[in-house]
Amino acid sequence: MKPPTQRAVFLARTTYRQRRLRDALRMLPILGVVLWLTPLLWGADETGSSRTGSAFVFVFTVWVLLIVLSAIFARFLSPDEQAEGES
Amino acid sequence: MVSFNLLIVVALGYVAFLFIVAFAAERRAAAGRGGWLRSPMIYTLSLSIYCTAWTFYGAVGYAARSGLEFVTIYLGPTLVMVGWWWIVRRLVRIGRAQRITSIADLISSRFGKSTVLGMIVTLIAVVAATPYIALQLQSVTLSFAVFAEAGGQPWEGSDLRNAAIWVAVGLAIFTVLFGTRNLDANERHHGIVIAIAVEAVVKLVALMAVGIFVVWGLADGPASVMAQIDASPLSEWNQNGGRWAGLIFLSAAAFLCLPRMFQVLVVENADERHLHTAGWAFPLYLMLMSLFVLPIAVVGLNLMPETANPDLFVLTLPLAQGQDGLAMLSFLGGFSSATSMVIVATIALATMVSNHIVVPLWLNSAGTAGASVSGDVRRVIVTARRLSIAGVLALGYLYYSFSGGGTALAAIGLISFSGSVQVLPAMLGGIFWRGATRFGAGLGLLTGLGVWIWTLFLPSFGAGAVIPVDVMLHGPFGLTWLRPEAMFGIGGMDPLVHGLLWSMLLNTGVFFLASVLTFPTPLERLQGAQFVNVFAHSASARAWTRSGAGAEDLLIMSQRILGATQAQAIFQQVAEAQGKDGFLPDVTPDFIDQLERELAGSVGAATAHAMIGQLTEGASVSVEDLIAVADEAAQILEYSNRLEAKSAEQDRTARALQAANDKLTALSVQKDAFLSQISHELRTPMTSIRSFSEILRDTDMEARDKARYAGIIHDEALRLTRLLDDLLDLAVLENGQVTLRSQTGELSDLLDRAVSSAGAHGLSIKVRRKPTREAIPLHTDLDRLAQVFINLITNAAKYCDADAPELRIEVRQNAGIATVDFIDNGSGIATEDQDVIFEKFSRLTDEARAGGAGLGLAICREIMERLGGNIAYVPGQGGAAFRVTVPTAQIQVAA
Repeated sequence: MKPPTQRAVFLARTTYRQRRLRDALRMLPILGVVLWLTPLLWGADETGSSRTGSAFVFVFTVWVLLIVLSAIFARFLSPDEQAEGES
Repeated sequence: MVSFNLLIVVALGYVAFLFIVAFAAERRAAAGRGGWLRSPMIYTLSLSIYCTAWTFYGAVGYAARSGLEFVTIYLGPTLVMVGWWWIVRRLVRIGRAQRITSIADLISSRFGKSTVLGMIVTLIAVVAATPYIALQLQSVTLSFAVFAEAGGQPWEGSDLRNAAIWVAVGLAIFTVLFGTRNLDANERHHGIVIAIAVEAVVKLVALMAVGIFVVWGLADGPASVMAQIDASPLSEWNQNGGRWAGLIFLSAAAFLCLPRMFQVLVVENADERHLHTAGWAFPLYLMLMSLFVLPIAVVGLNLMPETANPDLFVLTLPLAQGQDGLAMLSFLGGFSSATSMVIVATIALATMVSNHIVVPLWLNSAGTAGASVSGDVRRVIVTARRLSIAGVLALGYLYYSFSGGGTALAAIGLISFSGSVQVLPAMLGGIFWRGATRFGAGLGLLTGLGVWIWTLFLPSFGAGAVIPVDVMLHGPFGLTWLRPEAMFGIGGMDPLVHGLLWSMLLNTGVFFLASVLTFPTPLERLQGAQFVNVFAHSASARAWTRSGAGAEDLLIMSQRILGATQAQAIFQQVAEAQGKDGFLPDVTPDFIDQLERELAGSVGAATAHAMIGQLTEGASVSVEDLIAVADEAAQILEYSNRLEAKSAEQDRTARALQAANDKLTALSVQKDAFLSQISHELRTPMTSIRSFSEILRDTDMEARDKARYAGIIHDEALRLTRLLDDLLDLAVLENGQVTLRSQTGELSDLLDRAVSSAGAHGLSIKVRRKPTREAIPLHTDLDRLAQVFINLITNAAKYCDADAPELRIEVRQNAGIATVDFIDNGSGIATEDQDVIFEKFSRLTDEARAGGAGLGLAICREIMERLGGNIAYVPGQGGAAFRVTVPTAQIQVAA
């Protein structure tokens, strides 16, 4: 026997989602910085393969990732900024 | 081979096409059909002026020299735009709320509309942008030279310079035509924006076309290109970490601080929501622009002769392969990159120069009291702006011919970037930190500018060109810690990272320290609050509170700046809103504020504020006004807090009044009861006395009877006396008139006395005590205390209904207080009666048995209160239990 599902316990569900979406948006550049600085940690080349080639692929992959995430967030971010301001 | 003349024709045709597009856009906008001109895509494309000829040509050269490092220049802006929620959104909101015209205006407006700060930022911008404009001229002329050489007529140095002059003049004409049409910087330059958007598409298409040609035409697809990268000398991954991180920071900061970027990012922004799109679309643009750079560089290095300039691979690679059409497209792409950047940069710089240098100087020298011709200021500003455009381009040309165009393109670009970013601390501090002051901003800017000039700008002319070689090695005047490339003795760093690090560190440090140590003016604090809380304030706080200005004076002044038509339109509109006819509205603070904002959109915040200030006799904001208006939110909060406190206080008062009323009512009832009680108590003995004395008087009787009656009368009189004594006693106690005679004694003695005294009354109850625990010294009115004890013991003896009445007296001592419990073994007192036993005339059992007036316990309670103790009924002890608490003798304890 289950208790009846409690719907809408938290009434401002949409605004809550919007605020978390903005949090995610805020995190994007931080994610970008962290990822784009990692190639610096790559050690000296021991296998003989091109590190510049890998770095090239890596940098552009991160770039595409950021663009896609940013586009997704922008898509779901509500244009009216009623719940402006603080979380 | 494409002929040089054909190239000239194509270039001119392209320019003509841009003119037509710009004109068409202006006309559409003027006709009100320019909705699509304000689309987010156009906005995104206009941001592409970040990708200048330096990107178009220089990035490939950069990649050919340093490998993947070139990409950092595009990673920074990507981070800024992907994180637009942090900074760009705030800048755009502030820009719209405050009608900001340029980055100098932003700084000036934030720090109390300071003219000096505007000048400093303008100076930095001009100094930093000049090499960059020179760079664009150089790249265009070099690309011309490439075609001239391919056509078999190699150019001499003078040919290059002539071409540069023609390009500069052409750009000046275009910019003046479309860039100074409207004075208000906040009104979009539709023609220019659309021309830039077209150029953005052209350069992207051109670069990608070259890239696709290189990857699929010259190499065999991506895999082959990757193999070539692996095989090339660039494949070794030994990236300098400082440069990698430093350049990402530098490009991100420059993206925000470059005057031309600020112009398109903030000033030309038509709608904040465009950022939603630009947040991903602009990074996409940058990514596509950078995608083919490394492949082009690697393939170019493989195919081109060693002497070829890698900066021009984008152009020379297709030419060498006989792809004339592609080379032409590539040329147009590079041409677009250069021209769009120069146009926007000159507009931005010209706005700053005219608003922050020329107009303040003109106002100071000519004075405003002279002939006030309608539109005269406007003419001055427009002329200043046109001359500034020409001047900025001339400066760029001069720098180009002075430097000889020899340095690698990218190096100049980075040095120019690092000059522009000196504005960053003041800008970010201004929009996020209310404590930033104009002294801090000014000193920080000057420090940063100084360090930048010393460590980066002057050395960029080459060793020995401006700074002697000796100074480069040993520092000025032998001060080695001031060596331009090893400040404070920390050498061995990459010169650019070194200069950037020290200039930003010292800049930020001085900015912070000076801000903390100085005190802002009221206007500064007002502006600071508005900038930092731009999302909280829907309406701006007023900076004008009183006005000594007449509407007519204001109209005359506005006409001078805005021109007659526009000024009258504004005044008429406001008058209409106020419900008045004609052109002269009432001069309210709101109106002055609105007017200042309108003017600020044309001449900048500082000048607008100064001009209005002259008319309103400096009746600007004062500290008091500031306190009154600046922190409206805090005030409202405080007000509501005060209301709340007041209402809580009123609640308390109401409750207290209610309680007092209840008590008074109860007292009144009590008083009535008391009076009826007392008359009853007095009447009973009086009745018997009267009747017996009547018998004695009227009847002859035997002596024995006489004696009996007299005895009754005597007893009743005694009872009366006792009652009156008690009443008197109670009255005295209640009024606090009692005088206590403090004595010292032992509790056990006192109890002995009380028990024996009660026993003397012939009452029989067994008393059980524990004498060992009763040795407690007391210093109090012993007689009164004994009275209480006697009363309790006699009560117990009288009312205990047990077969073998027994009274336990238990004594405890605790923390300076002695408790004496009197517990009998009777049935006790009913719960509902426990409340009233200490009231006057409360008798629980029938009168006859009690024989008292019911004042005993009331007196006891009063006595105990006077003695600083207490008496209470303790329920649940198996009988009636009274607890007397009394303070013990402190003196003796202490001794």
